[in-house]
Amino acid sequence: MLKDMHPADVAGSFREHHINLYGLGPRKVLVTNEEIPYPDGKLIVSRTDTRGIITHCNQSFIDMSGYAREELIGAEHSILRHPDMPTLAFKGLWDDVQAGKIWHGYVKNLRKNGSFYWVYATVIPNVRDGKVVGYTSVRRKPSRSKIGASIELYKQLKQQEGSAWQGPEA
Amino acid sequence: METVHQLTVSPDFTPDHISGWYVFNTWLQRNLGLHIHLEMYDSFEAQRQAIQADRVDMIYANPYDASMLVREKGFRAVARPLGIADECVIVVPAESTVQHVEDLQPGARVASTDDPDIRLVGMIMLEAADLHKGNIESVPVDGYVLVAKALLQGRADVGFFLKDAWDGLSNAVRKQLRPLVTSQISDIQHAFLVGPHLAGSVEDIQGLLVRMGEIEKGAGVLESLGFQGWEALDHEETEFMIDLMDTLKAE
Ligand SMILES: Cc1cc2nc3c(=O)[nH]c(=O)nc-3n(C[C@H](O)[C@H](O)[C@H](O)COP(=O)(O)O)c2cc1C
Repeated sequence: MLKDMHPADVAGSFREHHINLYGLGPRKVLVTNEEIPYPDGKLIVSRTDTRGIITHCNQSFIDMSGYAREELIGAEHSILRHPDMPTLAFKGLWDDVQAGKIWHGYVKNLRKNGSFYWVYATVIPNVRDGKVVGYTSVRRKPSRSKIGASIELYKQLKQQEGSAWQGPEA
Repeated sequence: METVHQLTVSPDFTPDHISGWYVFNTWLQRNLGLHIHLEMYDSFEAQRQAIQADRVDMIYANPYDASMLVREKGFRAVARPLGIADECVIVVPAESTVQHVEDLQPGARVASTDDPDIRLVGMIMLEAADLHKGNIESVPVDGYVLVAKALLQGRADVGFFLKDAWDGLSNAVRKQLRPLVTSQISDIQHAFLVGPHLAGSVEDIQGLLVRMGEIEKGAGVLESLGFQGWEALDHEETEFMIDLMDTLKAE
């Protein structure tokens, strides 16, 4: 179960959003406008079980998310879900990996202190003895032009979702 | 006739360590009690053909080929070296106006060897500048010294180095060049792999490598390879490394 975010953890002024997480329900998140640049030369790596619960992450993941390892292992991967990300992007991710395919995409992630960082992510199913036992995601540095295009696309998708979705986030 | 097993080494070995691999071969042969022949291929292509023809029984493999060897050829990864990092350094001439990877433009001339993991990681680091295979000009060369030469002679704008090879260049050469970024991907490494013909000896080989420093003459062999030692790799660690490589190779 993901806890709501705390004002005490957040640096500076923030906006409050209520996002609705699949199977978990609403989570209060606090977001700021501060962007943290992707660390040059590094890969941000995490693995989940088949339900999307984090089972492994590397030091870059910890540094970028702002959470301690103990807060991450066992948590839903949606702990990084930023309210600016459209639902459709993650539907595509899950549809692809559950069908055994590789997924690529640009993702805006939310840090513990409300700031954000953009990544180019690849997610693959982990196949052992012919069975999918989990998923691995490796992120790399996206170009500014790809980030710019993603901001536009996700804004449009959010607007479309907004008109259909009357839940807490609208 | 006694069976001769072939040992080979990923062709990205540093020239300083060639004699070390011959010493290693002799040491392994003596301690395993098997007849082993060391074959040093001078290109990745020649080595891959030998692998496809099932001529290779043991290999010190780069992470790129390790995934093919394990998933397609039934090899088992037994150990990885300690004190060695498979990192890529992106380098420009010292006087270049390029200060960050993002300053590079389409059409950039990129010098690299055919070392597959360094090329892969190098190209990934160029993605931040929207560069990809389709919009760069590739300048293929036969070794890291020649990457430096291409940069110094103005035949390339940017070059990829294995970090060890970059560190091994003379100060005089390095002063005329400037690193832009170095990868920090400690999860991906070379590994020692054993093929299906020697499946019965996997545990012996692993035990010998891991205890190498304590076995007679082993410490000297490690030194001549430039390794601090070997660390056992288990099946899941190998699978994880291969999963990581698969995410990087995916287009
Ligand atoms: C291996 C893996 C890595 C993931 N990485 C992220 C991530 O970095 N950020 C993110 O918001 N969601 C990530 N997700 C998707 C989340 O599981 C989740 O679907 C998403 O945050 C949206 O939340 P929701 O599905 O509850 O709507 C990842 C999923 C998997 C399987």
